[in-house]
Amino acid sequence: MTDMSLPTVSHIAPLELDGVAFRPGSQTLLGPISLRLDGCRRTLVMGPNGAGKSLLMRLAHGLIAPTSGRVRWHGPVPRQAMVFQRPVLLRRSARANLEYALAVDGVARRERRERADAALEHFGLAAIARRPARVLSGGEQQRLALARAWLLAPEVLFLDEPTSALDPAAIRAVEEAINAFHRRGVRIVMTSHDLHQARRLADDVVFLHHGRLIEHSPASVFFHQPASEQALAFVSGELID
Amino acid sequence: MTLPRHLAAAGLLLGAVSLSGAALAEQEAPSITLASTTSTQNSGLFDAIVPQFTDATGIEVHVVAVGTGQAFEIARRGDADSLLVHDTAGEETFVADGDADERADVMYNDFVLIGPTDDPAAISEATSVADALGRIADAEAPFASRGDDSGTNRAELRLWQQADVEPGGDWYRELGSGMGATLNTAAGMDAYVMSDRATWVAFDNRQNLALLFEGDEAMFNQYGSLKLSEEKHPDLEHDLANQWHQWLLSSDGQAAIADFRVKGQQLFFPNAKGD
Amino acid sequence: MTDSAFSTALALIVGLDSDLLAIVTLSLRVSLTAVGIAALIAFPLGAALALYRFPGRSMLIVTLNALMGLPPVVAGLVVYLLLSRAGPLGTFGLLFTPSAMVVAQVILVLPILAALTRQRIEELHGEYAEQLASMGVSRARRIPTLLWDARLALITVLLAGFGRASAEVGAVMIVGGNIDGVTRVMTTAIVLETSKGNLPLALGLGIILLVIVALITAIAHVLGEGTRRQLG
Repeated sequence: MTDMSLPTVSHIAPLELDGVAFRPGSQTLLGPISLRLDGCRRTLVMGPNGAGKSLLMRLAHGLIAPTSGRVRWHGPVPRQAMVFQRPVLLRRSARANLEYALAVDGVARRERRERADAALEHFGLAAIARRPARVLSGGEQQRLALARAWLLAPEVLFLDEPTSALDPAAIRAVEEAINAFHRRGVRIVMTSHDLHQARRLADDVVFLHHGRLIEHSPASVFFHQPASEQALAFVSGELID
Repeated sequence: MTLPRHLAAAGLLLGAVSLSGAALAEQEAPSITLASTTSTQNSGLFDAIVPQFTDATGIEVHVVAVGTGQAFEIARRGDADSLLVHDTAGEETFVADGDADERADVMYNDFVLIGPTDDPAAISEATSVADALGRIADAEAPFASRGDDSGTNRAELRLWQQADVEPGGDWYRELGSGMGATLNTAAGMDAYVMSDRATWVAFDNRQNLALLFEGDEAMFNQYGSLKLSEEKHPDLEHDLANQWHQWLLSSDGQAAIADFRVKGQQLFFPNAKGD
Repeated sequence: MTDSAFSTALALIVGLDSDLLAIVTLSLRVSLTAVGIAALIAFPLGAALALYRFPGRSMLIVTLNALMGLPPVVAGLVVYLLLSRAGPLGTFGLLFTPSAMVVAQVILVLPILAALTRQRIEELHGEYAEQLASMGVSRARRIPTLLWDARLALITVLLAGFGRASAEVGAVMIVGGNIDGVTRVMTTAIVLETSKGNLPLALGLGIILLVIVALITAIAHVLGEGTRRQLG
């Protein structure tokens, strides 16, 4: 049985956003934001819709460049992977999708099938290995996306609303998978608009509103004694605008 | 998922093989490219005499049939090995320009005047082709001209000249088309038209048209075969082309031409000058 | 006339007229080869155009789109002047051969394939770009990935190219010369029979050409639908 453990990592370089802003036109969509993420925690990025959560993820992961300010890793840049709200899978079988990721990562052809199968097994997808990825259910697709991320052995995993399109059973399976990553020492940075999910998963919370950073606190603080008014309203379930 | 991949590979292989197959086929039998005219091709003459030549010599003749003007241009550029057209003046200029080493009379056919059966210009009563054309111009009866710088077209224009008429105006329609297409249009327009006898005899879409005037010697159409310049175009198949040229002038070739009939009528009359 | 056209067409097909077979085979060989060669160039070209940004990119796209409307007879004339013995590529002796016809049709088909490929790949890339970037897939590597993923759409693109190639007559007439048994294809045969006044035969050939193109389109459609159902 192949050992599916990721290398145990103890020191992932801290991520610092220094005065980061995103101004595509004349409008400032995000920032300026200064933020530091370190250690090996599950950080939930929260806020009402339009707060800039997805933008923050993409800036942190390096998919877009900030208009001003800097995104910096204090140390060697760690391996990262990202899972999106709608899983992006290629028009090929589930297994082939995983083998593709391995190929891109430079893994030798002989090893790919074995490792892909192990990942499928690990995420409970062995039965659908040959099925076209695009005909899988939403939950299966998202688990496949996570399996793909798993194979890339990331040290930081970014997730952008990974369960907002799924049913409860699928949500549970995805959250378990996320925790599996965390147990292996992967830093999790995840957006969500689901308060209950945040209560289940968060170690700390980054709270955004209208593109500004309102609060960054440990979960216990955020959910029981948030420092800001908007956070309090949000946690109480009120609609804030 | 592997099936489409295999299909794609097979398709590519097929394509490559077919292309190479085409290239190979071109190298097999010895052949010459003969530039000639559409009216000659359409008469069916080549279908009748070329096989006899190929039987005798083993040489294939690839006929590129275009308008006379284009045939001269093709030969001038060295894209054909031999030339067979019906424009003696043009041929003599071609030789004088050094594009051909010599020309020789091969055969003649004749032109005929076609028109609507009710013959509004009464050309069936004309005494000569000049008279006939004069009547058409006077009556301003619709006349369809090929207008494509072909041998037939040039002959037509010379006949207008001899008739002292400058053809133009609404009734004179220049179509820029081959003989068959021009006949089609003339049939549709109920117009007069000058055609080579061969195309007319084979033409199926006559509608209201009929042969109204023929026989004037001025309407004889002389064909010439040309040996292209070995100096200007050293890479041509001069050897094979010369065999074709000589065969046309030989008693065998001349007999083959005379034997060719459409609907019982002889269309081409061999008149090579014997040695 | 249409009656005799249909009966002429039927008679030719049933009798397996050997001339007809030769003409049909050559037509398919020339057009399919041209589409194949053009696709080999146009698919990666279109994908690269979709993925890379560089100065002059918009001009190139506009030019490709404009060339989709290149009149076949103009393409034929240009290829004729190039391949003529008096022209720059005359030494190859390709004029009046099926190879010249393939060259001319490649020129005609390439812009269509490239322009449509660019469009399809650009759409697809919009969907995939972030995930591929996250996975560290280089732009160059994305080309074969996206092309394969778009394979269903690309079948339609191929059909568009094949349609243009098999329908045109201007290019193959000029560079092929419509030589009996050597470079005569369906479209040039139709022109020939029309010029001889054999309209029922010309129309009959036209019907046969339409049927063949329809058959090929249908096969591609079935293949595409089957794969689509399989892959979602």
